[in-house]
Amino acid sequence: MSTATTEGAGARTRAQVPERITPLTTIGNGLQLARRSVLKIKANPAEVLGLVLQPFMFVVLFVFVFGEAMMGDWRAYRDFLMPGVIAQSVVFATLGTGFSLSEDVEKGVFDRFRSLPIARSAPLIGAILGDLVRYAITVVMVLLVGLLIGFRPEGGAVGVIGAGLLVLVFAFALCWMSAFVGMIARTPMSVQAFGMILMFPLTFASSAFVSPDDMPGWLRAVAANNPVTHLVDSMRALMLGGDAASPVAWTLVWAAVITAVFFPLAVWAYRRRT
Amino acid sequence: MTDAIRAEGLVKQFKGKRALDGVDLTARTGTVLGVLGPNGSGKTTTVRILATLLRPDAGHAEVGGFDVVREPHQVRRLIGLTGQYAAVDNELTGTQNLVMIARLLGMGRAESRARTTELLERFGLTDAADRPVKTYSGGMRRRLDLAASLVGRPSLLYLDEPTTGLDPHSRNGLWGVVRGLVDDGVTVLLTTQYLEEADQLADDLVVLDHGRVISRGTPEELKSRAGDQVLELRTADPGQLHLAGKIVEAVTGSPVEVAPGDLAVAVPVADAGVLPEVVRRLDDQGLAVGELSLRRPSLDEVFLALTGRAAEEHTENEEARA
Repeated sequence: MSTATTEGAGARTRAQVPERITPLTTIGNGLQLARRSVLKIKANPAEVLGLVLQPFMFVVLFVFVFGEAMMGDWRAYRDFLMPGVIAQSVVFATLGTGFSLSEDVEKGVFDRFRSLPIARSAPLIGAILGDLVRYAITVVMVLLVGLLIGFRPEGGAVGVIGAGLLVLVFAFALCWMSAFVGMIARTPMSVQAFGMILMFPLTFASSAFVSPDDMPGWLRAVAANNPVTHLVDSMRALMLGGDAASPVAWTLVWAAVITAVFFPLAVWAYRRRT
Repeated sequence: MTDAIRAEGLVKQFKGKRALDGVDLTARTGTVLGVLGPNGSGKTTTVRILATLLRPDAGHAEVGGFDVVREPHQVRRLIGLTGQYAAVDNELTGTQNLVMIARLLGMGRAESRARTTELLERFGLTDAADRPVKTYSGGMRRRLDLAASLVGRPSLLYLDEPTTGLDPHSRNGLWGVVRGLVDDGVTVLLTTQYLEEADQLADDLVVLDHGRVISRGTPEELKSRAGDQVLELRTADPGQLHLAGKIVEAVTGSPVEVAPGDLAVAVPVADAGVLPEVVRRLDDQGLAVGELSLRRPSLDEVFLALTGRAAEEHTENEEARA
C-alpha cells in the first residue's frame, strides 16, 4: 500500500454532488442501485442456478408426480398448472427482496449508502427495481420449461405477455411486504423463516395447484378469498382463454391494497432502522 | 484554525439505556481526533450521529459548519465513512464496488472509471481489481472499504475501529494511508480500542467510558497521566509474588497490591532507570523471576489511571494482552 500523495481534498465539497436531492437524482440513484442488484444476481452462480433449476424442478415434479392422479392426464394438468406454478415461483421469489435488504443492513452496506449524499429512498427503490428483473427472469424460465413439455397456451403471445405483466404487478406489491419484513426482522435468516410461514399458505391455499372446489369447506372459503387465487384465475383466463375481466380487476385491487398498506410500512421501517 | 467537527452535549438512549450521556468534542480542521474507549463506551454511537445515521436525543453537532440533524445532506457531501465491518459487496469485483459509488455520487462513466483505477492502485488492489471481493483477504477488504469511503474526496473521514482484526502489516499500511490523507488536509475522526493506534495517529484524544468523556488531551498528556511505562513482573514461584511486590513498591514508590491468585504485578513507572534496581534487589532476596518487562501502558491501565477502576468490557484481544 502506498502512502497517499495525490488526494485532492483541497476541494471542500464534491463538485459533482448536487446541492439538493431532486426527483431526477432519486431516479438516477435508484437505477444505479438497481444495476447493483442485477450485477449481484449475475455474479452469484448459486442464484443463477436457482433461478433456472427451481422452475424446472417445480414444473416437472408437479406435472409428472401429480398430473395423472389429479386429472387422469398429465397434459391436462400441465395446462391447468402452468399459470399456478408461475405465480407460485414469483410469490416465493419476492422473499428475496426482504432477505437481501436485511443482509445489507447486517453487513453495514446500508450505513454506507445512508452516509452518502444520495436520495434516502434510493436503496429501497434500487432493491425493488432490481428484484423485478429477477421476477421477470423467473416468469420466462418457468414458461420455457412449460413450452419444453408441450405447453401451448391458447391465449397466444398476447395472453402470455398479459399474464406475465399481471404477475409482475402483483409481485411488485408483495415486494413491499417483503421489504417491510426485511426491515423489522433481526437477521436475514429470520426473514427467510418468517417468509416461508407466510408464503406456503398463500400459494397452496389458492387455486394454483388444485381447484378450491376440491377443498374442504373452511379451506375453500380461505382459498376463494386468497389474492393469489385471483391472480392465478386471471392468468389462467389470459393464457388458456376464459373471462379475465373480473379476476384481473380483483387482482389489481389486491395489488393496490397490499401496496397501500405495506409501502408506507416498509418506508417507515426503513427510516427507523438504524 | 476552524473546527471541522463540533459536538455539544450529545445524548442518545437505546431502550432506556444511555449510550451517550452528554458528549462534547471538537476536531480541528486538518487534524486527527482519536476517540478511545472500550466496547460499549459510545464510540460507534458518536460516529453514527456525526455521520447523520442516528439522531441525538439531546445536544447538537456541526460538521463542516452544517447541523447534522437539520442539514444532513450538506453533511453527507463532506464526509466519508468506514465502519467496523467492511461494507462492500462480496459478490461484486473491487472495480464494480467503487464504480457504483462513483456513479451514485454523480460522476460520469469515464470519470468513475478513472477515479476507481486511481484508488485501486493507491491501495494496492490493482491486481485484484476484477476479482470478486469474496476472494479478498480481510486486509484487502478493509482497504477496499476505505477506498470506497474516499471515492468522493471527502474533506472529513470517519474511521470506526479501522484496524480491529487486522494483522500488523495491514494495520501499518492503513496507518500510512491515514497519515497521507491528513497531509492532504483531510480531517479524520478515528475510534479505536488501542492506545498505540491513538498514539501513532491522533493529534488530540477523547477518552469515552459509559457514554461520557472521562479525559481529553494530546496522547502525550494522556499517557503522562497514566505513567509513561508499566513494569510487569511475574515470579517463577507464584507464592513469592507477594514478596516481589514489596520490592517493586519500595523501588518505584507506587503502591502495589497483590491479591491471592494473582500471577503478576503491574506498576506504572515514570523512569525506566528503576529496572536494574528492581533486578538487583530481587537477586539479593534470591527470588527467581519468571518474566520481567517494561512496556507502554495498555488501554486497561490508562483506564485504571483515569477512572480508578478497570475497563469493564474487554474484547478478547485485550483479555489476551492483559
